[in-house]
Amino acid sequence: MAFVIEMLNITKEFPGIKANDDVTLQLKQGEIHALLGENGAGKSTLMSVLFGLYQPEQGIIKVRDKEVVIKNPNDANDLGIGMVHQHFKLVHNFTVTENIVLGYEDTKKGFLQLDNARKRIKELSEQYKLRVDPDALIENISVGQQQRVEILKMLYRDSEILIFDEPTAVLTPQEIQELMKIMKRLVSEGKSIILITHKLNEIKAIADRCTILRKGKYIDTVEVKSTSNEVLAEKMVGRKISFGVEKTPAKPKETILKVEEVSITDYITQKIVVKNVCFEVKRGEILTIAGIEGNGQTELIHGITGLKPLTKGKVILKEQDITALSIRQKSLSGISHIPEDRQKHGLVLEYSLENNLILQNYFTTQFQNRGFFKFDNIRDHAEKLIERFDIRSGKGPLSQVRSMSGGNQQKAIVGREIDRNNDLLIAVQPTRGLDVGAIEFIHKQLIQERDQGKAVLLISLELDEVMNLSDRILVMYEGEIVGEFDPQKTTENELGLYMSGSKRGKQQ
Amino acid sequence: MRELIDLIYFLFPLFIATTVPLSIVALGGLFSERSGVVNIALEGIMIMGGFIGIIAMRALIENTELNLQIIAFIGLFTGATFGMLYALAHAFASITMKSNQIISATALNMFAPAMSVFIARTFWNTSNLNLMGNYTISKVPILGDIPIVGQLFFTNAYLSTYIGIIIFIVATAVLYKTRLGLRIRSCGENPHAADSLGVNIYRVRYIGVLISGALAGMGGVIFVLSFATRFSGSVAGFGFLALAVLIFGQWHPKKIIFAALFFATMRVIADTYSVIPGLNMIVMPREIYRMLPYIATLVVLSFASKRSRAPRAVGEPYDPSKR
Repeated sequence: MAFVIEMLNITKEFPGIKANDDVTLQLKQGEIHALLGENGAGKSTLMSVLFGLYQPEQGIIKVRDKEVVIKNPNDANDLGIGMVHQHFKLVHNFTVTENIVLGYEDTKKGFLQLDNARKRIKELSEQYKLRVDPDALIENISVGQQQRVEILKMLYRDSEILIFDEPTAVLTPQEIQELMKIMKRLVSEGKSIILITHKLNEIKAIADRCTILRKGKYIDTVEVKSTSNEVLAEKMVGRKISFGVEKTPAKPKETILKVEEVSITDYITQKIVVKNVCFEVKRGEILTIAGIEGNGQTELIHGITGLKPLTKGKVILKEQDITALSIRQKSLSGISHIPEDRQKHGLVLEYSLENNLILQNYFTTQFQNRGFFKFDNIRDHAEKLIERFDIRSGKGPLSQVRSMSGGNQQKAIVGREIDRNNDLLIAVQPTRGLDVGAIEFIHKQLIQERDQGKAVLLISLELDEVMNLSDRILVMYEGEIVGEFDPQKTTENELGLYMSGSKRGKQQ
Repeated sequence: MRELIDLIYFLFPLFIATTVPLSIVALGGLFSERSGVVNIALEGIMIMGGFIGIIAMRALIENTELNLQIIAFIGLFTGATFGMLYALAHAFASITMKSNQIISATALNMFAPAMSVFIARTFWNTSNLNLMGNYTISKVPILGDIPIVGQLFFTNAYLSTYIGIIIFIVATAVLYKTRLGLRIRSCGENPHAADSLGVNIYRVRYIGVLISGALAGMGGVIFVLSFATRFSGSVAGFGFLALAVLIFGQWHPKKIIFAALFFATMRVIADTYSVIPGLNMIVMPREIYRMLPYIATLVVLSFASKRSRAPRAVGEPYDPSKR
């Protein structure tokens, strides 16, 4: 069997760390090859080497049996290697056609020839069934369509080897199904695909072979068909991990948070982003609001926590109306909040870890006296949380938070909020972008909180997480709650239909 | 009726003379900002371009017998060249060295008037450089005979007006119809996208800033030719006004022309209120009228900024590692 790409014994060092240590990846003609590993395992570095962004210290790259040196992305392009980036690289106010031709323009007497390009794009989208309007502006099309534009970009450049970097992170279950069909079609037309991911289900569903990296080291390359999920996971993480989350049935008690007919109008666009939302969260349960990004979940949480004013409606916490209170008063009246954007709303990146850990209560007498900090108490507090929540960092309490990994930044926030011991814990996408170990840890913490009689309100985009953690599920679509589900009785597919607006029901 | 027509014939050339440099300089700013580099150095570049352009023209007048229009053309060309050289400093600081674009431009703005006055003092013992001659074209052959239009557009006109119109057409075509334009616009909106497709961000941004330098330098010469008979190290805030035009024009060539017309109207009113019937009846201190263009800038910008269409990546030095 011929290999189209061989990366043999690649070693890439950065100061103080071997990002790739003797890694080998061989891609066969016409296969989908998964590259599996946790965050920081070296997947991106390896692909950057292939793409010419980094030069390896050791090892060689062969394309179609010929040894090559790839100095920059243009070289990679010329060799027929193209990449669909995780964060799409599209110009929002360009048309689909303009985005595709950029950098590869056809001109006649100095003028752009967009008509030919448009024709070619139409042909390609017919051939590969990538429906998209060549004249639409990027900002007006859906995320799924934007991804198709990224794929078309590579096809337009006649790329034979396609790299997909975490392509499903932003898609709905239906869009993921569609993408998988597209990838299969690409392979059947003779393309070869490298799929970078840490989702095992996707690998099982679509990949032929899988190469696993851990902490920069090459672990193994396996046939996907004959390898179980458990084995894949163990090779990725380096220890056995539990799938599914162990938890006992919920024992809901009295209502902690009551949201009554809340509506929010966006100040800038004047659009109604949250419409008449009502729900309750009870002591001892995890209520999850599922939905695709941008359907009003962010605004709803901002409304409850006070970051945005409500246009209409009431928020009642433990039978006390807190709608009109300030953010600090709301927080003090019993809300712990793990915010969606940890770097923007959760932490001050330039501050030390210990100072970040007192952001919510630096003004209490525990930490200050007449405006002067009690440094010993702050240090004790930090050391206590670091120990309890296993927050790892270079210099302990004095580490600058910016220098910490995403997972440990999130652990710091989770620790700070749980330690405040409030009756309500709001967690917005608490595991976004984290690796398996950190996800497992945070899930355990949330369930433990529930079991200790706290009310937990979880906002999540990840269906796995929704199904595993929730005691009740609400689906939000275009600012409205369109259905309530029992995780025992529903399926990911059913949720997906509600999340994409294909179905809607009355809230029970 | 006759008086009104005369008034129009009197005001119209002034109106054009104000609109042209404003829109040319704003178009210059457009190229820089659409490529992703804020250029508030327009004022300084205008001064530098204007200053060197005037020196060149003075030399030509003293030493040659060339036709004044040819001299004006050479002056404009010289201004553009030196404007470009001067802008190179901004490009180097803000693109290659990734410095703060506002600070680098402010330095150029402060340096230009000081340097020009210093040189003028050193060599000519005065900070005011006089420029001889009347640079209007009294009448364009044939076109000037067309009734009304001919009189408005083709008599007592400046060469720069026609150059300005050509520049507008060329600039719009370059920005929207050519490969360079597509790349410039992409670098101002999402340089990471452009970079991933093999576009050289640094090169494109250099080109953007240099075009802005050329247009602003030329605008400086046009300013002196149209408004002053001498150069004294100032372009009366036209560079900053052009920035306002750029923002009010929402970074779009056609809208920039309308924005320039608006600001030109304000300025012409400020300068000529005493002869405009109706306005000269209102007794207000002169200074109030003088303030008009600047007050209009404040008012208009505070409204326009609300739905600003500024290029998304403008003002951020490109850093490939922040993907």
